[in-house]
Amino acid sequence: MSGKPKLYYFNGRGKMESIRWLLAAAGVEFEEEFLETREQYEKLLQGGSLLFQQVPMVEIDGMRMVQTRAILSYIAAKYNLYGKDLKERALIDMYVGGTDDLMGFILMFPFLSAEDKEKQRAFIVQKATSRYFPAYEKVLKDHGQDFLVGNSFSWADVHLLEAILMVEEKKSDVLSGFPQLQAFKARISSIPTVKKFLEPGSQRKPVPDDKYVETVRRVLRMYYDVKAN
Amino acid sequence: MSGKPRLTYLNGRGRMEPVRWLLAAAGVEFEEVFLQTKEQYEKLIKDGLLLFQQVPLVEIDGMKMVQTRAILSYIAGKYNLYGKDLKERALIDMYVEGITDLMQMILMFPFSPPDAKEKNLDSIKERATNRYFPVFEKVLKQHGQDFLVGNKFSWADVQLIEAILAVEEKFPAVLSGFPQLQAFKTKMSNMPTIKKFLQPGSPRKPPPDDHYVETVLKVFKK
Repeated sequence: MSGKPKLYYFNGRGKMESIRWLLAAAGVEFEEEFLETREQYEKLLQGGSLLFQQVPMVEIDGMRMVQTRAILSYIAAKYNLYGKDLKERALIDMYVGGTDDLMGFILMFPFLSAEDKEKQRAFIVQKATSRYFPAYEKVLKDHGQDFLVGNSFSWADVHLLEAILMVEEKKSDVLSGFPQLQAFKARISSIPTVKKFLEPGSQRKPVPDDKYVETVRRVLRMYYDVKAN
Repeated sequence: MSGKPRLTYLNGRGRMEPVRWLLAAAGVEFEEVFLQTKEQYEKLIKDGLLLFQQVPLVEIDGMKMVQTRAILSYIAGKYNLYGKDLKERALIDMYVEGITDLMQMILMFPFSPPDAKEKNLDSIKERATNRYFPVFEKVLKQHGQDFLVGNKFSWADVQLIEAILAVEEKFPAVLSGFPQLQAFKTKMSNMPTIKKFLQPGSPRKPPPDDHYVETVLKVFKK
């Protein structure tokens, strides 16, 4: 056993991507096991590794952690990316809650019909530009600091950068009304661990394609239609 | 200003109910402001009180907190209901997140279209009895302690008792295959702060009815 965290998920972004981002930003090397077949998934189930029969699952520090938010909170706290006290943690949790909601709209995107994709793309951009980006733009403008919380790099910064890049993939000029966020994006992207993660060859996963959707549906036997928001 | 936390939401369970449960379980008194009209909601937004234009909103310790998860984590941390170290917190978070997934199904249920209601009700029962309750039954059986984590009352216990009661409202016999959970339910219900919350006249809200659904649609409809 290597001692490194081991991530169990599909070979694609989904709910595991935020975890890859956070571990990478914290400078933590990790291993991955990719689910490709139903048999692999059933083996995990039968082995009792999946508390609620679901992935993501991360083996870390002797635990088999499930539930994305629990995993992220643990990593953030362990690697000092969770603020210095309860109130900073509260702010980080609030900000991460927002970016989580925003990325949630994008999570289901690959599973939508072509027609629903267009509707959803417009919905994502509308929510990003009228609800979420203005909130973070204001936070940064009001305190004038480099990072969202406590003048110190935290989980909230990693999560926001991830969300910005994902929305930009849907509309490349989406940051045009947000100068603070443009500067934020440049700053956080140039942090060495983050910069490394953004380079080709890292464990960052590409935009999900049809092959990814097929794999998820096959492994989870998830054949129902996913609706747009 | 009273110094008590102030909750702003509709006069019903929704996403605020776990917050009411946790504050009550911690023995913390709180005030409530109920949204009844679209105008009230729009005023909250205009006054800049809602970070993401959404409720729940909890004003606590000088903060205007939104995002249910953030609010609950803060309360749990402040009132020592979050375990004694990182690993206990990890367990509590895992359990709470699982229970929240189950509660989400119950939350959305009143808003199901009529032709989907029966299917959704069946899903709630199936998930409760095959996915979630067995996990907690096993946890309690394996360590034989009264509480889910660290032999000490925590947020996870409050979340679980809330979920058990919510599912029982739909399926009264749902705990019949779960003796540990039955004992857990009795123990938790008898803890003084929870017992008080379960009595008539407490801030606990009744199951959502048509009037509640109507109010939600009226206040938040575009």
